Amino acid sequence: MALIEISCFEVWREISNYLDQEITPEMRERMEAHFKTCAHCNAVLDGTRNVVGLVGDGRLFQMPEGFNKRLYKKIQDAP
Amino acid sequence: MPANSQLPTNEAELIKSVCDGKREAFYELLRPYERMVYATAMSVVKNPADAEEVAQEAVLKAFANLASFRSESKFSTWMLQITYNEAKMKLRKARSHLYESLEDQQQTDEGDYYPRDFADWRPIPCELLEQSETRQAIQNAIASLSPCYREVLILRDLQNLSIKETMIILGLSKAAVKTRLHRARLLLRDTLAPGMDGSWIKGQDYRKVRRW
Repeated sequence: MALIEISCFEVWREISNYLDQEITPEMRERMEAHFKTCAHCNAVLDGTRNVVGLVGDGRLFQMPEGFNKRLYKKIQDAP
Repeated sequence: MPANSQLPTNEAELIKSVCDGKREAFYELLRPYERMVYATAMSVVKNPADAEEVAQEAVLKAFANLASFRSESKFSTWMLQITYNEAKMKLRKARSHLYESLEDQQQTDEGDYYPRDFADWRPIPCELLEQSETRQAIQNAIASLSPCYREVLILRDLQNLSIKETMIILGLSKAAVKTRLHRARLLLRDTLAPGMDGSWIKGQDYRKVRRW
């Protein structure tokens, strides 16, 4: 069966679900076919993937120094 | 705080030990989730000092109420749910002088969001995050998101929690978690992509974060 083509709008709407593998195999196939030919949608996909990577990078977000010591003390002092 | 070798290692047993009066066991139970507790608080209150206070209050509340924890959900989910509620409460107190809290209105626009530009954004060099200016720019961009988007983003993408856990902690439907996450990611992409023209790498000030 021939793949049903989808528009850029439909691709954008699903881009986050695509990255999270929250779409049907059919939709994935249609999106992948679209990415092969559409530079705009590729740019959006790369950028969104970069965002997920940056936000999830452990170096982005650091705990305040001494956080665990202070927390430990709170537990020790709790009634 | 060395790991106490006399304490059990699995959660259910640690919980039982705490309920039997072993305070040390509570810290062992909590240790793997400290960072998550702090990050969840930060997703709501934004400021590190407030987030630490919220984290401490939430942990003490969990300690006092551990006997009421039922293992229907994971301990971490329960702990983060308490943290989220504490953080919301703190925000409400801080704003009680206002007639109406903007944060509580949870303005969301659940309609479609489309990208604003198509700047090519190639894979990021790994060393980028070693620079504090870059980290700051990304943190500013996250902080400028509406709370409803920021909270979902921090739980899902920063803490890698599942959709299910995020639903429980924030009290949202699956569809709402997915839509808000989608929008948060696209908004961040629109904000951050223009900085990828090299201005970060050259250590220049990042001035392109747009508010929305």
